[in-house]
Amino acid sequence: MSELMSDRAIDRSKMQVSDEVAIEINNMNKWYGSFHVLRDINLTVNRGERIVIAGPSGSGKSTLIRCLNALEEHQQGKIVVDGTELSNDLKNIDKIRSEVGMVFQHFNLFPHLTILENCTLAPIWVRKTPKKEAEERAMHFLEKVKIPDQAHKYPGMLSGGQQQRVAIARSLCMMPRIMLFDEPTSALDPEMIKEVLDTMIELAEEGMTMLCVTHEMGFARQVANRVIFMADGQIVEQNEPEEFFNNPKSERTQQFLSQILGH
Amino acid sequence: MSDTHAQTVAFVRETEIPPAPPPGRETGVYKWMRENLFSSIPNSVLTIVALALIYSLLSGTLPWLLNGVWNTSSLQECREVLDGQVGACFSVLTERWNQLLYGFKYPVEEYWRPNLALLLLLIALAPVLFFDLPRKLLAFTAVYPFIAFWLIWGGSILVPIVALLGFVAAGVVFQKYGKGSFAVGFFGGILAAIVVWNVGGFLIPEGASENAMLAAVPSRDLGGFMLNMMLGVTCVSLSVPLGIALALGRQSSMPLIKWICVVFIEFVRGVPLITLLFVASVMLSYFFPPDATVDLFLRVVIMITLFSSAYIAEVIRGGLAALPKGQYEAADSLGLDYPQAMRLIILPQALKISIPGIVNVAVGLFKDTTLVSVISMFDLLGMIRGPILASTEWNGVYWELLGFAAFLFFVVCYGISQYSQWLERRLATDHR
Ligand SMILES: Nc1ncnc2c1ncn2[C@@H]1O[C@H](COP(=O)(O)OP(=O)(O)OP(=O)(O)O)[C@@H](O)[C@H]1O
Ligand SMILES: [Mg+2]
Repeated sequence: MSELMSDRAIDRSKMQVSDEVAIEINNMNKWYGSFHVLRDINLTVNRGERIVIAGPSGSGKSTLIRCLNALEEHQQGKIVVDGTELSNDLKNIDKIRSEVGMVFQHFNLFPHLTILENCTLAPIWVRKTPKKEAEERAMHFLEKVKIPDQAHKYPGMLSGGQQQRVAIARSLCMMPRIMLFDEPTSALDPEMIKEVLDTMIELAEEGMTMLCVTHEMGFARQVANRVIFMADGQIVEQNEPEEFFNNPKSERTQQFLSQILGH
Repeated sequence: MSDTHAQTVAFVRETEIPPAPPPGRETGVYKWMRENLFSSIPNSVLTIVALALIYSLLSGTLPWLLNGVWNTSSLQECREVLDGQVGACFSVLTERWNQLLYGFKYPVEEYWRPNLALLLLLIALAPVLFFDLPRKLLAFTAVYPFIAFWLIWGGSILVPIVALLGFVAAGVVFQKYGKGSFAVGFFGGILAAIVVWNVGGFLIPEGASENAMLAAVPSRDLGGFMLNMMLGVTCVSLSVPLGIALALGRQSSMPLIKWICVVFIEFVRGVPLITLLFVASVMLSYFFPPDATVDLFLRVVIMITLFSSAYIAEVIRGGLAALPKGQYEAADSLGLDYPQAMRLIILPQALKISIPGIVNVAVGLFKDTTLVSVISMFDLLGMIRGPILASTEWNGVYWELLGFAAFLFFVVCYGISQYSQWLERRLATDHR
C-alpha cells in the first residue's frame, strides 16, 4: 500500500478537538440475515476529530460508516449523530443525512446533471436555498477543490480524481457538520490519489469532523488524530496514529500493519 | 539490469517528427462498388440476386402505382378508364377520403373541429417532446386535453370545465397536504376531485348540451384514422405515467403495494389485448354502477391503457434495475426524500435507458388501436373492412385501401421512431 505523504506542511492551527460530542455509538450491533457484521460497537467522536478507520477487507468498515447516515439500518444499540438519535423516524433520518456529508469510493455523481447541477441539487431541493445563492456557493466550493472551470461539463467528461473532488464539493454544498469518506481514493490512479487527499487535508485544516475509511496510511499519519482498527466486525484497537503505527498492541493489528506497510 | 544494456537502450529524441496526413485513399464510384458490392465472388452473386429482386419488385409495382386512376366514382368506372391496362384505383381514396379520415357519421360541417384539435395537439406536444422550449408552454399542454375533448365531442363547455376544476382541486389539496404526508395529500386530492365533479355534475343544467356552442357528437359517431389517432395519443399519454407508477410500485418496500402491482402486471401481460377489448365492449359495464352508461370510447381507452401500461412498467423496471445502487445511495446521503430522489435522480436516468423500449410499446400500441374494428368500432381499418369494401361501388379494391392504411400507420410510426433516436442522441451525456 502506498505511504503517500503530502509534500506541504500542514496547518494545524484550526485542527482542534472540542469537548462537544458529534457522534455517539453505544453497544451497536448489526446483522445481514444471520451474519453478525458489526459486534458491540462503542465509539464517541468529538467535534473536530479526524478519524481513520482501517482494517482488512470484509471487516465491516463500510457498514459501520454507512450506519451513521442510515444507509444501512442497525438492529441493536443506539447511534446519536449531532444530537439526533437515529431511529426509524424518517424525519430524523432526513435531518441527519442533510447534516452529514458522504463521499463514496465510486464517486456516485449524477451522470445526467452537469457538475454545477450536481452541486446545487440538494441545497435547492432539501435546504430550499434560492437557486442563485446555491450556484454561488457551488462555485465557491468548486473553486476550493480547484475545478471551477469544469462547472458546465457532465461528470462523464472528467477524470476520476476530478470526479471525486466534485463529489466532495457536492457534499460540502450542503454545509455538513460531519463528513464520512468510504475509501475515497481506492478507485483512483496514484497521481489522482494525491489531488483528492490534498482536498481532504484542506478540509481537515478547516476543522471539519471527519470519519474516513482508507488504506492511505500516509494520510492517517499526517491528518488523523485517532486511528481505529477493525476486524471481524469489531473495533480491535484504537490509538493516536504515532502509537498505532509504531507500537501496535494487538496481534491482529501487527499482522495487518505488516501486510499493509509491506515490512 | 546491467549497465551496458541500459546504455544501448538509452535514447533521447532530438528532432520532432512532423505530423503527416493519413495515407490518401482511392475514391470514386468504381472503387466504392468494388469494395462494397463486388468484393468477392459470393458477394457479387448476392449483389446480383438482390438487384434482380429489386428489379422484379419495382417492375411489378411501379406501373400499377404510376398508372393509378384518381378521379372516378366507382370500381367499375375505374376499370373502364384503365381499359385492361395495369393500374391502381386510387380514386377510392379521393372519393372516400372523408370517411377514411373521420368515419362515416361525424358531421361533415364539423370536420374543422378535429382538424383544429390535431393542430393544437402539435402545439401541446411540442414542449413535452422538445424540452429546450420554454417550460411555460406546458401550461397549454395541461389544459389541452379539456380543449380537445370539447372540440371533438362538443356539447356543453361546462363539462370539460368541471372536469378541469376537479383536477385543479386535487392538485391544490395535494400541494397543501402532500408535503406533510404523501398518502394524506394523495387521497385528499382524489376526494376533492370527486366532490368537485359530483357538485359540478349536479349544477350543470339538464339538456345543457342541446343548444351548446358546439353541437354534441356522440362517441359512436367517431371513426376513421381520427379514431386511431385519438386512441393512440390518449392511451400512450395515460399509460406512460401509469407504467412508471406500476414499475415503482413493483419495487416498493411495502408488500401490499408490491403484491398488487406484480399481480396486475403479470395478469395483464398474460391476456391477449383482443380479449380485454371484448371485455370492454360487453362486460365492463358490470363493474360500473348500474345506472352509469360508460362511454364505449372510454372503456376501450381504459383497456388499452391498462394493457400497455403493464408492458411499459416492465420496460421501466429494466431501466431502474440497470441503475447502479450508488445513485440511490448518493441521493439518500444528500438528504433527498423518496419522491425527490425518484423525480430528480432515478427516473430521469431510468427513463432514458427505457426510451427504446417505451417507443417500442408506443408503436405497438398505436398499431393495436386497429383491433377496435373487431368490436365494431369504425376506425380506419373498420371503415375499410366495413362500409367501404361492402359498398357496391368499391367492392374489391383491397390493395389500394389496405396499402393506404399501411402507409398512414407507417408514416406515424416511423416518425415516432425517428423522434426517439433524436431523443437518445440528445440525452447522451455520459459519453467519455
Ligand atoms: N448487503 C449485504 N448483504 C449481506 N452481506 C453483506 C452486505 N454488505 C456487506 N456484507 C458483508 O458484510 C461484511 C462487511 O462488509 P463491508 O462492506 O462493511 O466490509 P469492508 O470492511 O468495507 O470491506 P472492504 O475493505 O472490502 O470495503 C462482508 O463480509 C460483506 O460480505
Ligand atoms: Mg468497504
